[in-house]
Amino acid sequence: MLSYAAIFVSTLIGFSLLLNLWRFIKGPHMLDRIIALDTMYINAIALIILLGIFLETTLYYEGALLIAMLGFVSTSAVCKFILRGDIIE
Amino acid sequence: MALFWVPLLTCSGSLAALFTQRLGRSACVAISALFPAMALAIILMHTKQVFDLEQIRFTASWIPALGLDLSFRLDGLSFLFAILILAIGLLVMLYARYYLSAHEAAGRFYAYLLLFMTAMVGIVLSNNVLQMWFFWELTSLTSFLLISFWNHRSDARKGARMALAITGAGGLALLAGLLLMGQVVGSYDLDVILNSRELIQSSESYLIMLILVLIGAFTKSAQFPFFFWLPHAMAAPTPVSAYLHSATMVKAGIFLMARMFPVLAGTEAWFLLVSVTGLLTLLIGAYVALFKHDLKGLLAYSTVSHLGLITLLLGLGTDLAAVAAVFHIINHATFKASLFMAAGIIDHESGSRDMRKLNGLFKYMPITATLAMVASAAMAGVPLLNGFLSKEMFFTETLQQSTLGSISWMIPVFATIGAAFSVAYSLRFIHDVFFNGTPGDLPKTPHEPPRYMRVPVEVLVALCLIVGIFPEATVGKLLASASIAVLGGDLPYYHLHIWHGFNLPLVMSILAMAGGAAIYFNRHVLFRIQANFAEKNESVIFDNAVKKLRDASRWLMDGIDTGATQRSVFWLLFLALAFTLPPLMGLNSTAGLRPQLPLDPVMIAGATLLCVCSVATVIWHNNRLLSLLLLSVVGLIVSISFALFSAPDLALTQLSVEVVTIILLLLALYFLPQYVRNHSSPGLIVRDLSVSVLIGGVVGTLTYAMMTRPLDSIAEFYTANAKLLGGGTNIVNVILVDFRGFDTFGEITVLAIAAIGIYKLIARMRLFQPSANIEGIPWAKDKHPFMFEIISQALLPLALMVSCYIFLRGHNLPGGGFIAGLITSVAIIQQYIAHGNDWLVPRIKLNYLTLLSSGLLIAFITGVGGFIWQQPFLKSWHDYVDIPFIGEIELASAMGFDLGVYLTVIGSSMMILANLGGLTTADRLRPQNREAK
Repeated sequence: MLSYAAIFVSTLIGFSLLLNLWRFIKGPHMLDRIIALDTMYINAIALIILLGIFLETTLYYEGALLIAMLGFVSTSAVCKFILRGDIIE
Repeated sequence: MALFWVPLLTCSGSLAALFTQRLGRSACVAISALFPAMALAIILMHTKQVFDLEQIRFTASWIPALGLDLSFRLDGLSFLFAILILAIGLLVMLYARYYLSAHEAAGRFYAYLLLFMTAMVGIVLSNNVLQMWFFWELTSLTSFLLISFWNHRSDARKGARMALAITGAGGLALLAGLLLMGQVVGSYDLDVILNSRELIQSSESYLIMLILVLIGAFTKSAQFPFFFWLPHAMAAPTPVSAYLHSATMVKAGIFLMARMFPVLAGTEAWFLLVSVTGLLTLLIGAYVALFKHDLKGLLAYSTVSHLGLITLLLGLGTDLAAVAAVFHIINHATFKASLFMAAGIIDHESGSRDMRKLNGLFKYMPITATLAMVASAAMAGVPLLNGFLSKEMFFTETLQQSTLGSISWMIPVFATIGAAFSVAYSLRFIHDVFFNGTPGDLPKTPHEPPRYMRVPVEVLVALCLIVGIFPEATVGKLLASASIAVLGGDLPYYHLHIWHGFNLPLVMSILAMAGGAAIYFNRHVLFRIQANFAEKNESVIFDNAVKKLRDASRWLMDGIDTGATQRSVFWLLFLALAFTLPPLMGLNSTAGLRPQLPLDPVMIAGATLLCVCSVATVIWHNNRLLSLLLLSVVGLIVSISFALFSAPDLALTQLSVEVVTIILLLLALYFLPQYVRNHSSPGLIVRDLSVSVLIGGVVGTLTYAMMTRPLDSIAEFYTANAKLLGGGTNIVNVILVDFRGFDTFGEITVLAIAAIGIYKLIARMRLFQPSANIEGIPWAKDKHPFMFEIISQALLPLALMVSCYIFLRGHNLPGGGFIAGLITSVAIIQQYIAHGNDWLVPRIKLNYLTLLSSGLLIAFITGVGGFIWQQPFLKSWHDYVDIPFIGEIELASAMGFDLGVYLTVIGSSMMILANLGGLTTADRLRPQNREAK
């Protein structure tokens, strides 16, 4: 039962990834693109967790953890770049 | 084993010299001289064995697959040379103590000198020709350092460069010759080579081999036409000249010829090449020496001439001539080293080396003058001195050869003429400097040197006398054992006596003496003739040749590589296509036998993202920030695919690398134009587009074909053995730290080097800082938003904990030092972004350079640790330990190695990122400040 749910949810997330892509390509502003990228990171976390549920393993958990923790870093760095140009000052 | 200690001791002496530098010159020389003295003692301990014609060997296997052994031997010839090198080296060290002034870096000088000594004893003791060649090259390098010791002087730098270029080029020729020899014989072992005379001389490549080896020897021993580097090397401090250019380095070429004498000599080609070169060098050197006004210049050309004499003797190829050559090696080393030292004393105490100013010094320094006079008399070949004995033997040998057929009589005639010039310049050294009027305007009033500065000269001059009067008793056995080693067989009958009766050689000697005196006292005639020739400056000629070579290679390079990336990439891909297309056409069907994996919606979505973003990166490549974001999407999808296809380690690595990459590129992007103009002409676009479409198609086809076919890989081996041999269940990590640990070690070393390189590159850089963004909107005012600071700060402990966790479990589950290191770096760099450099630098007291180097050191020590238990480098050890309350845990030496990787990764990445980030802050000048402290 759980595996069916996993397949169903991951299909939905795949679809939302495509929507993210649409926003990314369309823009129009760089901010839209950054948010699209950040959302992609969030969706990626979901995908990896779902993979773990589907395969009944905890092996992938750290991958999701890493995206959750570090995805924020690259998003914030790009934002800082837009705001100040110089990210370490 | 004892033999192995000889180069090891001299090498350690060079370190000792560096470390004792601060104790002052006397302590520095006293401590560092202990090492060569011990080495000399080791050599002398073998005296009896060597005189009994035993050959002492020490061999340790090094790279058996390449025929490389660490192998040393001590026979008569290497015994003789080792003694010359170490004993004269010790005398030179004592001499240099007084020669160098207090403000000069004595430690550096002695370190170079001892390193050079190491190289020299390495050459003479080697029992493997490749190993010998290695030490040979080391002498070129160390002599470069020694000649350019006064590196503020342009003539010293030029002389050093010239010496390095000539001897280095000769070294390459020698390597080629030795490789050929090794191929013919089938071994690089000197014992085997020395026993393969017939094989070598009957092989087709004998002549090429001979010429290549001789080029090596001739360049090193300053033989015609390569001799011009030696006079220019006189820009070195005099102790260096006394050591390198009389007793050791220039004798390396002679040593090589003597070493190879048993296998290469005895043929027509050997005779012609070696003896004619020797004769020419003998004559030219002796002639030019007379015209040099510089004391050291005279001695340099006289050295050239004497080296020519030894070469000529070796070239004659008879047994007795070889004995005479060995004898003259000993004699020349003693009298020439003492003469150089005397010249150095004169220069030191009078401030000039110009013989036009130096006159009548006998009154001012009678003892030094007497010593120098005895030594130059030995150089001229005056009876009762050692030079006379070997010169008589030389004359005898020139008379007894008949290889030039009916014109063989020319050789003794030329030899006498050369000897006459030798008498003439020796006379000039004595008469012009110590008598002949009063001193010209010298910078200092000449006086005797410090007591101990003269001791080395006294020792050597005493040797000249003793050997000259009692040859058989002093050097008889040494000469015999060395000659046997050169000849590789029985010793011919000879006796060392002063008086051989009234014979032709004695007549030649008398003629040379009289002729030399006549030449000297009528030298004005010769000077006038010589003045008609424009004086050549070899330095200028050499520089022009180097410049021409450089221009030619630049022209060639410019023709091939215009510096345009597009062009290089085009050719690269074009060639890749040319090589991959034909075999692909031979393949019947693209798809193999393996069934397709089922397609699911997530994969379709992922593939769409991948394709669209890749293509979009190409289309929008003009906008750099946008293409960077697109690349992040690609990286994210790739990471997810790694996870999906059962490679969690790769996924973790890729994710952390993605973050570091984007930060790095953003840091660089600040200083770069945000938009790139399109430079390509339509024709180029068509060319590039077609090649890239083709290559994309080929790579796609290749991948598809590969993945639809069953594949046997090495993976099975690792799955089976990771736990068994490496003690971990995470195969990736076990491969990294154990199976391929040596590769990992190499990689982290490269990483560290790259980090230091980048650090050095940007250390004092000042770059343009834009004041507004690409759309012209000024930057936001708030440098460090409060919310951002708080959240980032909270990230640090969390990330450190995660990295610790990832690190510890790495051996058995996905993770390891590399990933953990990247996570830690990202967490630290986030603090830099959120709080800024000024806030963070006082708070994080991490020296990234220390971190990086300690990481490398830990990895290295863990690797070397295996040696203690007689295990190979990086062999890992693991065991299970039961700790109360915690339970059984596994301890593996691989953990230590992984810790090294962890620290190196943090150190390197932080060194790059923090310094690149620091470019815009007040901290960018830090390296300069640190140096000032």
